[in-house]
Amino acid sequence: MTILQIIFYIFSAIAILSALFVVASKNPVRGALSLVLTFFAMAGVWLLLHAEFLALILVLVYVGAVMTLFLFVVMMLRVNVLSAREGFVRYLPFALLLAFMIVALTIVAIGPKQFGLTSMPAPAAEAVGYNNLADLGMVLYTHYAYPFEISAVLLLTAIVAAISLTHRKASRRKNQIVSQQIAVKRADRVKLIDMPFAKKPGESS
Amino acid sequence: MDNHLVTLAVLVALLPLAGALIAGLFGKKIGRRATHGVTIALVGGSFFLSCYLFAAIVLLGHPPIDAVLYHWVTTGAYQFNVAILLDHLSVTMLFVVSFVSFMVHIYTIGYMADDPGYERFFSYVSLFTFAMLILVLANNFLLLFFGWEGVGLVSYLLIGFWFKRDAAVDGGLKAFIANRVGDVGFVLAIAAVLAYFNSLDYHTVFAQVPTVLGKTMTLFPHVQVSVITVICVLLFIGAMAKSAQIPLHVWLPESMEGPTPISALIHAATMVTAGIYMVARMSPLFEYSPAALSLVLILGATTCLLMGFLAVVQQDIKRVIAYSTISQLGYMAVALGASAYDVAIFHLITHAFFKALLFLAAGSVIIALHHEQDMRKMGGLAPYMPITYLTFGIGALALAAIPPFAGFYSKEAIIEAVHFSTTPGAHYAYLCVLAGAFVTPLYIFRAFFLTFHGKKHYQGEVYESPWVVLFPLIALAIPSMMAGGMLIRPLLFATPRLLGASIFVLPQHDVLAAWALDFKGAETMALHASQTTAFWLAVMGVATAWIFNMARPEWTDHLKTRFAMLYRILIAKYGFDEFNQKVFVQGTRRLGEFFYKVCDLIIIDGVFVNGSGKFIRIFAQMSRHLQTGYIYHYALAMLLGLVILLGWFVLGF
Amino acid sequence: MISLSDFLIVAAILFGIGVAGIIINRKNIIVLLMSIELMLLAVNTNFIAFSYFLGNNVGQLFVFFILTVAAAEAAIGLAIMMVLFRKSGTIEVNKLDLLKG
Repeated sequence: MTILQIIFYIFSAIAILSALFVVASKNPVRGALSLVLTFFAMAGVWLLLHAEFLALILVLVYVGAVMTLFLFVVMMLRVNVLSAREGFVRYLPFALLLAFMIVALTIVAIGPKQFGLTSMPAPAAEAVGYNNLADLGMVLYTHYAYPFEISAVLLLTAIVAAISLTHRKASRRKNQIVSQQIAVKRADRVKLIDMPFAKKPGESS
Repeated sequence: MDNHLVTLAVLVALLPLAGALIAGLFGKKIGRRATHGVTIALVGGSFFLSCYLFAAIVLLGHPPIDAVLYHWVTTGAYQFNVAILLDHLSVTMLFVVSFVSFMVHIYTIGYMADDPGYERFFSYVSLFTFAMLILVLANNFLLLFFGWEGVGLVSYLLIGFWFKRDAAVDGGLKAFIANRVGDVGFVLAIAAVLAYFNSLDYHTVFAQVPTVLGKTMTLFPHVQVSVITVICVLLFIGAMAKSAQIPLHVWLPESMEGPTPISALIHAATMVTAGIYMVARMSPLFEYSPAALSLVLILGATTCLLMGFLAVVQQDIKRVIAYSTISQLGYMAVALGASAYDVAIFHLITHAFFKALLFLAAGSVIIALHHEQDMRKMGGLAPYMPITYLTFGIGALALAAIPPFAGFYSKEAIIEAVHFSTTPGAHYAYLCVLAGAFVTPLYIFRAFFLTFHGKKHYQGEVYESPWVVLFPLIALAIPSMMAGGMLIRPLLFATPRLLGASIFVLPQHDVLAAWALDFKGAETMALHASQTTAFWLAVMGVATAWIFNMARPEWTDHLKTRFAMLYRILIAKYGFDEFNQKVFVQGTRRLGEFFYKVCDLIIIDGVFVNGSGKFIRIFAQMSRHLQTGYIYHYALAMLLGLVILLGWFVLGF
Repeated sequence: MISLSDFLIVAAILFGIGVAGIIINRKNIIVLLMSIELMLLAVNTNFIAFSYFLGNNVGQLFVFFILTVAAAEAAIGLAIMMVLFRKSGTIEVNKLDLLKG
């Protein structure tokens, strides 16, 4: 049992346990925070896989931005914690069975027989001056420049969509709309009504 | 010379058509006198041309003419033409048909004098003459069928002439529908002829008969029938309807709803004889089918006797004569079945004369009594209508086969022919025709005595009919007296016979040759009549009629009560009408109802049309519960599918 | 040494947990979105594991793009949820059945 294996098992255990907690938590804030922990643990696993850049990006972007966003939204919505939990039990066994079946089938498909060390040996260590970031960059900006640009546009689209979805007209401000003010006609403001005289009591017409 | 005769023959047919068109389209405009003048002139012209043709072909011995007038259709191997055949048989029939038609046209002037549909009647009668002449002149089955249908149509129009009367309309429909039933057989026969002979021309068909002789067709599995027999039986089915043999005779009594002139023309002399003519024309085919000949013989004999019985109990004078017609048609069929085709045509000719005479005389009585037809309300008319009385008497004597009137010779010929015949069923037929020889005088003289003798029951003045009515009566009475004696030798015993090569008889069936040995001439035959059974039966028939209707009428009532059951059966006409109504009419209606209610409404509408809609709705109602609207349900379903697929691929199910 | 299958098994388990989270959760849309994030994480892990073992950095590149898209999708999903909450006042999944058949 090498040290790497121990690290791997620890990080994997943390990830799996916190993932379970994400799903099973009553309090969505706690769930979000568990998810953060899961991401951290997986970042560690990715480091074991020599994907330094992506591990860092996972933490910085994903945890730092996306999960923060989640937490903002969760806190904004003020969820009633008590209303969770009912109706939980009925479908639980069947759903768990299904999920278990999926996992089991996948593991059968990808088990040690197919992808064990004999069929997929661990790769050799990289050269001394190996820089993961530079390696990725060399490929990203040359061969995959087009998808890169498209993903940028995609992010732009996401921004625009998110803003336009949630944008509310500021309803409490009373702005002046000059064009409407100028376009007013007399008929919109003044109305003359013909009314008979009101008689005072005791007076004849 | 050939073209000359062909043109005349075409004119014979087309002149009445022209008369029909003029009377039909312009009748009201040109008025009554002009209408009857034009139509009678044209039919008279047709009659004189027929006489000329008869003289040319029969008397002067011109050879028969086959002339194509118009190529109608050529399709593949088949060619259908409008073509005429002028031979002995057709010119004889032309003569008879045009003569009777001419007489009836003249008679109509008096009979329909006070009828609003005067012009229409003349148009129809001329149209009928045209159709009948085409039928007679045709040289192929197709044109024959055209004439056949044409006479059926005009018969329907004429029976329902007084269309405001329900009984008349019903009678017309019944006649048409019964004829249609027979036409099914006829059309099938034409189809069979076309299939096996590849042509519809008489000439070609008759020439090919020896090659088709041995062929058989499979009607039912394991049942092989000779082709010729099938064709002949089907042809006879058509003749059964047209010539009112049992069981398709049911229309003829109802056809008496039409005016009397047409009863005389159509239902005595011409249309009903079309079937007999057709079978005689097809003698080359029938001779080779003993089964068909037996069928004709037996059906004819049965018709002759049973219908004779019915005529004895009728109260309406026209019905008596109608049943008499059916019975006499039975006689003709018997002659055909005994392979004595010449005898059948002989009886056809004499019957045309005396039956038309009887009908027209009855019509004269009817208009004199202002359309009273019930014999119980007649009686004692002899002093008031002497000429009608005399002519009716002549017709009755001819019908009763009293020598030397025409009917005696032809009926005697039939009895002898059947006597000599060896066709299976001939013995039965002989007994029937002998019994008929007793029954026929019985009913006709019963009618005679009830109408003209006894106490006068009619309240009102009775005058003799006008001369336009009496002239045809006299004109028909003369052949009724003479025609028999004059025609028997040329038609039956001369060599060659009058009908010559039109009729074909196989030597083993040639009954006339057997009889010829005994024949010594018409006068001898008349003088020796007292030696024949038939003569004495006829005399007994007349005597019986006199006894039961003149001398002891109370015996009639006595018989009615003693034989009440038999009387009821006769009044009900053996139940043919009830049978047809119950089985065919109501059966068809119930079948239609079944098809409508069960097949149409329940099965097609209910199960297929509405049912498929309902099924889809039920199915949709059930499956809409899958759409719960909850995302996690949908996700669950997706996962389930995923698991199944995964399981399939990974574990290799 | 850690074999490829170990990494893949971990990823599979995470994926299964994410799936379970989708199905059994019915009180909170946010947990739904978080389960989706879990599934994406598992897939990313797969990519990176294969990338390492096959010596090809295309896998890592793909993860780069997946992260981008996942981030965009999370943002928009949350925005939609916000609007939904404003309109219906609830984020319980089992109250959202407008598409019920």
